[in-house]
Amino acid sequence: MFDALSERFERLGTSLRSRGRLSDADLEEALGEVRAALLEADVELGVVRAFLDAVRERLSGEALSQSLSPGQQVIKAVHEQLIEVLGGSALKVTYASKPPTVILLAGLQGAGKTTTAAKLAAWFKQQGRQPYLIAADLQRPAAVEQLRVLGAQVGVDVFSEPSKPIDVARHGLKEATRLGRDVVIIDTAGRLSIDEALMDEVRSISKVTLPHYTFLVIDAVTGQDAVVTARAFHETLALSGIIVTKLDYDARGGAVLSARGVVGRPVVFASSGEKMDDFELFHPDRMASRILGMGDVLSLIEQAEQRMDSDVLAEGAGRMMSGTFTLDDFLAQMNQVRKMGSLGGIMKMMPGVTKEMRSAANNVDEGELNKIEAIIRSMTKRERREPVIIDGSRRTRIARGSGTTVSAVNQLLKQFNEMRKMMRQMSSGAMPAMPGGMGRMANKAVKAPRGEALPPGFEALGAGMKAAQPVRSGGVKNKKKKGGRVTPPKQR
Amino acid sequence: MIIVIIVVAVVLVLGIGFFVARRRGRARVAIPAPARAAMPTVLVTELAERPSLEAPSLAQRIGSSRSVFDRVRSLSSVGALSDDQLEVVEEVLLRSDVGVATTALILDDLRVNGAPDGVATAVRATLLDSLSAERTLTTSAQAGRVPVWLFVGVNGVGKTTTIGKLAKRLIDEGRSVVLAAGDTFRAAAADQLEQWATRTGADIVRSAEGADPGSVVHDALGRAAARGADIVLADTAGRRSNSTNLLDELSKVRRVADREPGEVVETFMVLDATTGQNALSQAREFLAAADVTGIVLTKLDGTARGGIVVAIERDLGIPVKFVGIGEGVEDLIAFDPQAFVDSLLDT
Repeated sequence: MFDALSERFERLGTSLRSRGRLSDADLEEALGEVRAALLEADVELGVVRAFLDAVRERLSGEALSQSLSPGQQVIKAVHEQLIEVLGGSALKVTYASKPPTVILLAGLQGAGKTTTAAKLAAWFKQQGRQPYLIAADLQRPAAVEQLRVLGAQVGVDVFSEPSKPIDVARHGLKEATRLGRDVVIIDTAGRLSIDEALMDEVRSISKVTLPHYTFLVIDAVTGQDAVVTARAFHETLALSGIIVTKLDYDARGGAVLSARGVVGRPVVFASSGEKMDDFELFHPDRMASRILGMGDVLSLIEQAEQRMDSDVLAEGAGRMMSGTFTLDDFLAQMNQVRKMGSLGGIMKMMPGVTKEMRSAANNVDEGELNKIEAIIRSMTKRERREPVIIDGSRRTRIARGSGTTVSAVNQLLKQFNEMRKMMRQMSSGAMPAMPGGMGRMANKAVKAPRGEALPPGFEALGAGMKAAQPVRSGGVKNKKKKGGRVTPPKQR
Repeated sequence: MIIVIIVVAVVLVLGIGFFVARRRGRARVAIPAPARAAMPTVLVTELAERPSLEAPSLAQRIGSSRSVFDRVRSLSSVGALSDDQLEVVEEVLLRSDVGVATTALILDDLRVNGAPDGVATAVRATLLDSLSAERTLTTSAQAGRVPVWLFVGVNGVGKTTTIGKLAKRLIDEGRSVVLAAGDTFRAAAADQLEQWATRTGADIVRSAEGADPGSVVHDALGRAAARGADIVLADTAGRRSNSTNLLDELSKVRRVADREPGEVVETFMVLDATTGQNALSQAREFLAAADVTGIVLTKLDGTARGGIVVAIERDLGIPVKFVGIGEGVEDLIAFDPQAFVDSLLDT
């Protein structure tokens, strides 16, 4: 998401980087670019205006820093302001002392409430809670059935009955208490903010169930209307936060800014795909960095820690350093990559990954990975250990065994060799000459300016690149500090 | 290329592994055994405050965004437009999701043409100019083939509901309709369509979840041909438009639907009126993948104006053919450019 915005800011950064100092005219031109970028990203006009005013004020209030170029100065101000609008810090999810903690989801039709309800339940389950789902969307045909299927997928019970939404909610809540569930998530029907009857209905559901949290589910492709919707729902339900969905779509996402800006409640969760675990806490600071094209390495690392088997990872990393990386290790690592979700998702979070790579990664599907796995599994143990012995006839056998072609086998072997070469260089401390975009990526990291004067995101970029590569001792400290941010907000 | 990406990803993950291992190692040395809290949460047990609910003021809700539209109507000057006036027009267009680029083009037009009959008239004329594509509707195929209407779009725009409403419309016109439940991905999507079939009296062909959408469409065509049905409405799973795989799958479904005995006569991209600028890239991608012939603009009964269709029609030449204006079965009507432009400017 936000790709368009980051690209634009990247361009903006370049044009201003070449200038000496920031004149008023320059500033207005830069802000004009920011305005267009925000509008193109679907940020609501009023929010854009307020945002620009705030940036202007920020820039005029501060004495021009000596250590920053004018372009960096603007980017820094925009970045800081983005963080501020996006929420500063994440909302703490606390639990009611007398369970269950009740959560109500509301939003327009098609925003993704039902899917979000299931994802949210899965998230709470992962937190060690015992969630319970209530299907109070009796409007859309088969919505209850959908929640049942998703609930079964994540292993959470779903309450439903053929009555009225308000009764379903009430009875469901009673049932949850009886069962001793500590988190109850109520899925409601999608409704338009001007549909008074339905808005009254959701309000009475809210009155009956007294939710501790009421979340507006809003979809990241929403346009200017985000503000009207968010305001209306806020006035009806007193929202405690926003959940943004469909973050895996390309570009835009300004609706997040709009809704956040107008409602003044934080964006709490972000949902970014069709898999049940494509769901995480929303991190305003990271998102702001992402807007500025600085990647989202922290989320990536967090995901890695959560989903991957760190022993396997550490083992692979060790072998990589000692130069004894085999095709078996490659396979093990690749299967770890799979656990992270889509490659596209991973690439999206990496700073400095080119657009071409990103879109290419988007198109790698399970099939490709299966093919590679099949090729490796068609090799003998010895071949996996010493790929050099794989000659023509072995290649033919492997291709036949894996149902692929000799050229696919060749390609894999060639890339594997490149990779080994690269690893050897990395472990000897030299900057690796990586294939394709990776090399450019590495260069970018080297070139990326460091130092206190830069906004925090830039450091994250540096730290992130280091995370992706072995570092000399100097950088480790920095990394560790960054790593600390991954821990719960409480510990911040 | 793909293999390069995979290799890069593996290296990347290795790097992360390396990092995680280092950090773990350090943590083990530094702090003996800190039970690392399960990912990011706070297990504070305190009663979260229950927000109070006050009566909403409806007028307030809509008021602020509407006032600007009144301002356009009140612009009464004739001849060239002043910067102030252009600014007001710009604001109206931007707020309707027409988009920065298209708005700039429209403003250029206005600057060049002036406003001989008043600003509002000039703006209306310019917008209508942008909405001048043909809006014919094809319901018949060549002899011996079954006409197919295919529905595509991103998640949650209302494809299934649109099919239900159009089925009703076609049946009321005296046609026999077969629905193909081609959304085999989303949980209970086929159930949803089945309820529409029951409600409207259409025939439906469905398969298990996770089945090949192409085969569902194929079966529907077989049934339609065997029973001499007049038209097939084929549903597809909602998909994001930035995934080549998902778009390829869609192309395949379209190819299947276009094979004997079927013939795709219309491909509708269903678009939610609340969608912002992303709609343009959706339209571009779906046009390339499935040869979209028209747009169904849904949820126009809300506060969103759906101005992005102006940009879509202007840039890509895809006309809007239907608009959804309510939850009722009858609330899907033919698109009327005049009424649409009026609603952009007047509401």
